[in-house]
Amino acid sequence: MFNYTLRRLLLAIPTLLFIALAIFLLLELSPGDPMADMPLTIPPEVREQMRLALGLGEAWYIRFFKWLYLFSVVEPSHVLANMTGLDWLAIEGQRIISFQTRSPVGDIIAQRLPQTLWVVGLSYIFGIMVAVPIGIYSAYRQYSWFDQAGTFISMVGFSLPTFFTGPLLMLIFSIWLGWFPIIYDTTLVVDSWYDFGLQLRQMAMPVFVLTLYNAAQITRFMRASMLDNLTQDYVRTARSKGMTEKVVVLVHVLRNSMIPVITVIALGIPTIFTGAIITEQIFRVNGLGALLITAIYASDIPMVLTLSVVFAILIVLFNLIADLLYAVFDPRIRYD
Amino acid sequence: MTETPQTDRRKLVEVRDLKMHFPILGGILRRQVGAVKAVDGISFDIFEGETLGVVGESGCGKSTAGRAVLRLYEATAGSIRIDGEDIATLPAEVLRKKRPAMQMVFQDPQASLNPRMTVAGIIGEPLDEHTNWDRKKKLARIYELMDAVGLNRDFANRYPHAFSGGQRQRIGIARALALNPRFIVCDEPIAALDVSIQAQVVNLLEELQDQFGLTYMFISHDLSMVRHIADRVAVMYLGKIVELAPVSRLYDYPLHPYTEALLSAVPEPDPSLERRKDRIVLKGDVPSPANPPKGCNFCTRCPKVMDICHQLDPETVEAVPGHFVACHLVSHPQTAGRTGGAEAEHNQMKTQQGEVA
Repeated sequence: MFNYTLRRLLLAIPTLLFIALAIFLLLELSPGDPMADMPLTIPPEVREQMRLALGLGEAWYIRFFKWLYLFSVVEPSHVLANMTGLDWLAIEGQRIISFQTRSPVGDIIAQRLPQTLWVVGLSYIFGIMVAVPIGIYSAYRQYSWFDQAGTFISMVGFSLPTFFTGPLLMLIFSIWLGWFPIIYDTTLVVDSWYDFGLQLRQMAMPVFVLTLYNAAQITRFMRASMLDNLTQDYVRTARSKGMTEKVVVLVHVLRNSMIPVITVIALGIPTIFTGAIITEQIFRVNGLGALLITAIYASDIPMVLTLSVVFAILIVLFNLIADLLYAVFDPRIRYD
Repeated sequence: MTETPQTDRRKLVEVRDLKMHFPILGGILRRQVGAVKAVDGISFDIFEGETLGVVGESGCGKSTAGRAVLRLYEATAGSIRIDGEDIATLPAEVLRKKRPAMQMVFQDPQASLNPRMTVAGIIGEPLDEHTNWDRKKKLARIYELMDAVGLNRDFANRYPHAFSGGQRQRIGIARALALNPRFIVCDEPIAALDVSIQAQVVNLLEELQDQFGLTYMFISHDLSMVRHIADRVAVMYLGKIVELAPVSRLYDYPLHPYTEALLSAVPEPDPSLERRKDRIVLKGDVPSPANPPKGCNFCTRCPKVMDICHQLDPETVEAVPGHFVACHLVSHPQTAGRTGGAEAEHNQMKTQQGEVA
C-alpha cells in the first residue's frame, strides 16, 4: 500500500506539470488583455512599459518556468512559514503577483479560503449527514411513501440549479420574511454570541442551497448502492443467522454499500475548495469561487493559473485518496 | 436404507399446504395483476435425523420451497411446523430467537458470504447474537467448527475471496453449524462446485449428520447425488410435489411419468448400457408458473396424458405406504382403460425394457 501510494504520488508529478502547462497555454491563447481596465488616456509607450513591468515582455516558456519555480518553491515556503509561524522559512524576493491587486496570489487565497470552507464545507458535511440516512431508509423501504418523497426531493435538488433555488430562497426568506440577510458579510468578526447569531443567519441560505444539491446527489448513490446490496445472497445468510434487522442493514448491507459512496464523497471534496462558483456569486460570499470568476473577468492570468493548478492538485490528490479508501474498505482490493 | 415407512420416528418438520406466490405488479399504479406460483401447495414431513432430498428441474420451485420452509420468504399460505411450533405465524422477534435451530447452506458459496467479514467473523457472528459467551469461548467454538468442516485454523482471519469454491462452501457449512442447529436446509450446496469437490462436500455433510444428529432437507437437481445422500426423495414439478417416496423405492419403482422421465435422464456410467437405454424425452418447455395449465401441471408434456389430466388436478394419494404420488394414472387407473393400475403398468414397462436389453 505504501509503495503504491508513493508510485501514484510520483506519477502525479508529470500529470500536474502537464495540466499546469495546458492551463498556461490556454490562458496564453485566450483573448483578453490585463491592461484593458486601464484608462485609455495612458499613452501607448507607458502602457507598453506597464506590460513589461508585469513581466509580459518575456517569451511564454520563460514566464511558465518562472511561474513554476515560484509556485512550487517560493509560495509553499510562505505557506509553511504562515502555518508554523517561523518567518525564516519564507523565501525572500519575488512572489506570484495578482495583476488586479498587485498583492501576492498566495495571500489572497489564504484570505478567501475560510469563507469557502465554512459555507461550502459545512454544506457538504450537512449534505452527507442528511443523505446517508435518507438513502439507507429509502432503499430499505423501497417504493414506500418515504422513498417516493425522498426520490422526489432528491430529483428536485438534482435538477433545480443553484441559481434558481438561491434567488428563490432570497425572495422568500430575505425579502418577504426578512429572516436572513441577502448579502454575506465577509468582514463580520465573530467575537460575541450576537455576532455568532448573525454569522449563522447569513450562512443559512447559501448552506441550505448547497446542502440540497449535495444531499440530492449522495442520496441517489446511497440508495442505489444499498439496493444493490440488499438483494445479495449474504444478506439472506445474515437473516438466516437470526441477526436483528438493525445488524443486517447497518452492519452487513451498509458496510458493503459504503464502498462506492465513500468514493463519491472523497471525489467530491475538491469541489469544496473550488467553491460553488455560482452560489458564491449569488450570495456574495467572498470565497475562492468568486475569486476565480473575478480573476477570469480581469484577465488576471497569474491568479487564474495558480487557482486552477491548486484545484488540479486537489483533484489528483483526492482521486488517490479515493483509491486508497477502496482498499481500506474492501478487503478484496489490494494494491501492491 | 429402509423401505418401510418410518412412522415410528418423530417428525421434526411438518409442512402443510405451503404456498409461495410472488406478486406480479403492473400498470401505472403497480397493482397486482397476477402471481408467480413458485410453490403451490406442497405438504411433506421430515423425520428427525433423516435426509429428505428434493429434486426437480430448474425453476420448479425447490429453492423457493427451501427458503419458505425456513421463512426466509414470507409464505403466502400454509403451515410450517418445526419441532412442533408453527414458524409461519411466529412474530419476527420470536422467530429470530428460534433461528439457531434451523439453518441453511446456500447454493452460491461466494455470494452468500459477506465479502467484508473474515472467516472468524462469519462463523462467529451468530454466537455474538445468540449467546453471551466470552471471546475466548467463542474463538474456541470457531476453531472447533473449522476443524469439523476440515478448514485450517490459520485461515480464520482471511476473507472469503481468498478461498476456493469448496473451501467457501465449508465456511458456509461451518457457519450453519455454529449454533448447533437440528434442521439444515441444503439449497443445492454442491451445484456451484467442481465434481471432485462435490463428493467431498457431500461426504462432509453426511459425516456431520452422523456426528451431530442433523436433519437435512437436501435440494438438488443432481439425481445421483440425491440417491446417495437422501433417505426419502420428493420430486417437484412446477411448484408441486408430484411424488414422494423412500429413495430406493422411488428410484426403482417410480410411479409418476415425470419421475420416470427424470430418472431416464440420469447418465449411465457404462457406455454400452447407456446406448441401449430407453430415454424418455419430454417435449416442450415447462409452463410458466405465473400461468400454469388447467388440470395437472404436467399435462402439457406428459407422455401418458389422458383426458382427465386436462380437467382435474390430481390428488396426492399414498399408493403404497410411504409412497405418495399425485397422478391420475394412480388415482384413476380405470379412466385410462388400464386395469392393472400403476404398479402393473410399471412392471410391464420394466419387462419391456428388459426385452430391449
